[in-house]
Amino acid sequence: MNYTIKKENNCLIVSVIGDVDISLTDSLREDVDLALAEYSVNSLVFDLTEVDFVDSSGLGVILGRYKRVTAKGGKVYLAGAKPQVKKVLDLSGLPRLMEIYPSVNLLLDKIG
Amino acid sequence: MNKAALEFSSRPENVAFARVAVAALASQLDFTLSDLEEIKVAVSEAVTNAIIHGYENHPDCMVRLEIKIVEEFMEIEIIDTGKGIKDITRALEPAYSTDPERMGLGFAFMQSFMEKFSVSSSPGKGTRVKMSRRAGTPGRQAVSEQ
Repeated sequence: MNYTIKKENNCLIVSVIGDVDISLTDSLREDVDLALAEYSVNSLVFDLTEVDFVDSSGLGVILGRYKRVTAKGGKVYLAGAKPQVKKVLDLSGLPRLMEIYPSVNLLLDKIG
Repeated sequence: MNKAALEFSSRPENVAFARVAVAALASQLDFTLSDLEEIKVAVSEAVTNAIIHGYENHPDCMVRLEIKIVEEFMEIEIIDTGKGIKDITRALEPAYSTDPERMGLGFAFMQSFMEKFSVSSSPGKGTRVKMSRRAGTPGRQAVSEQ
């Protein structure tokens, strides 16, 4: 599997590895939604530290989860994007919707 | 001139195959790693569109990829014989998507990351996306054809 999902305090942390395109997005979307339904968390974190490539399919999964989580009053964060991933994120406009941190540790320190 | 043509099944796992094949040929030119990453995004978007929209996720259709190197230019065509696009002008609008789980940024990324871009399509016959980029000189130009 190219991602792990874990609950830490009040956060659900989704750590994705490798390329994020349509070969991954269906299962990623389904598993994150299942975890969100199972755990009562206020924050969803996409850890992109190990992501080498993302296209708009992958960004669609993030946006879709953003809509779900914020509709219930929660927040979505992005962490650790490499420069080539950050470039695609910036062009998509997602950073206007959610905060981006250089690493998950910095993010967790910040949001507690 | 150097050229290559590939046909592959309209399966999600082949999106990576297509972008890696294009990047491998593109590396014959003087593209930076950053350029190659941008070209890979553009190819990924075009092939994804062919699979999801052109063939509506049917895995047994064929996507054709044609790559041409002419002097310092890389030309890429992604062709499907699927359902086509009814309204190309609308499809080219940023954030236009028929699926709420998608961002509608596929064409925007192709236009942003490639120097020249055009799309031609006939409903019921298929879609052809043509894009090119000169090594070392990113530029922006978009043309739609119907």
